[in-house]
Amino acid sequence: MPITHYLVLAVVLFSIGATAVLLRRNAIVIFMGVELMLNATNLALVTFARIHGDLTGQVLAFFVMVVAAAEVVVGLAIIVTIFRTRRSASVDDVNLLNG
Amino acid sequence: MMTSTGEAVLFWALAPLMVLAALGLLFVRRAVHAAIGVVAVMISLAIMYIANEAPFLGVVQVVVYTGAVMMLFLFVLMLVGVDSADSLTETIRGQRWIGLLFGAGLLVVLLGVLGRTELPEAVGLAEANAATNPTGLAAILFGDYVLGMEVIGVLLVTAALAGLVLTHRRRIGQRRTQRELSRERVAGVAGGRALTPLPAPGVYAQNNAMDTPALGPDGRPLEHSVPRVLRIRGQQRDPFPVVEAPTTGTSAVEQAEAPQQVEEAH
Repeated sequence: MPITHYLVLAVVLFSIGATAVLLRRNAIVIFMGVELMLNATNLALVTFARIHGDLTGQVLAFFVMVVAAAEVVVGLAIIVTIFRTRRSASVDDVNLLNG
Repeated sequence: MMTSTGEAVLFWALAPLMVLAALGLLFVRRAVHAAIGVVAVMISLAIMYIANEAPFLGVVQVVVYTGAVMMLFLFVLMLVGVDSADSLTETIRGQRWIGLLFGAGLLVVLLGVLGRTELPEAVGLAEANAATNPTGLAAILFGDYVLGMEVIGVLLVTAALAGLVLTHRRRIGQRRTQRELSRERVAGVAGGRALTPLPAPGVYAQNNAMDTPALGPDGRPLEHSVPRVLRIRGQQRDPFPVVEAPTTGTSAVEQAEAPQQVEEAH
């Protein structure tokens, strides 16, 4: 098995995540799609690190994980706030931000 | 570089499962089921990291992603309502097909790029991981990327503060006291609100569960006696089969009091 198979898997997972963001309308599911995209990129980074024999790729993947953790905290807090005011987590007509 | 046979077996065992679990994100209606699929993908990814000579990242993946991030997702799902499902009515016409088209297009473009890329012969991390993987990572993290590390620290503190601020609920208006609550309750009687606490669910000889309504003095089931959540989910039970189960003796009173309902139930 050539090592590039990992990259193909990363591409497939990334596309599925992107499609989930485009298709679904539950804010939480959309958010999970974003997480899936970040994870796919991490897999690609780890594979690149192995191909080049350089650990920097793994360090970058580590940074992506930390940023994703911070992003999840803020994003979910926003979803909870919107849910409290609107009683719904659907993104269909969230236009609260235009004053 | 070709991988070892063991790794190939691992890959071909995990990859289809991961893609299936990820597809759940697209096709499963309930958000909780999608979350379980994403958890499966993330755990499989951790195994793949370890196979890719990144044991530290594998452990961090389990701890941070499956342990913290996905559990946070599940907590929020519990707050928002476990059975929150997507509505299937489309607000933008043809959104589903356009979205699928874009997703497939992205897949084709990325695969095309990947197919045309000339990657160098894989080196492997045996040399870089000589002094164990975490040690090698630490050397780079605290050598070349010290500034990035500091910025990440600031980011985490900011995110924690943002989480606190965003979910903080400010009290609007005065706190309502017992006096006001009781006055409100009495004032609501005219509008059909009960003055007393709501009745408890039914307690019968054969059944003593939250989902069976109690019978009122007129023999009719009291809707309010079943908790609201069960009523919304449609999980409340019809009391009459329960009441009628022994058919002799006990139900005579109810039959005498509410013959009409008993007949309806059968």
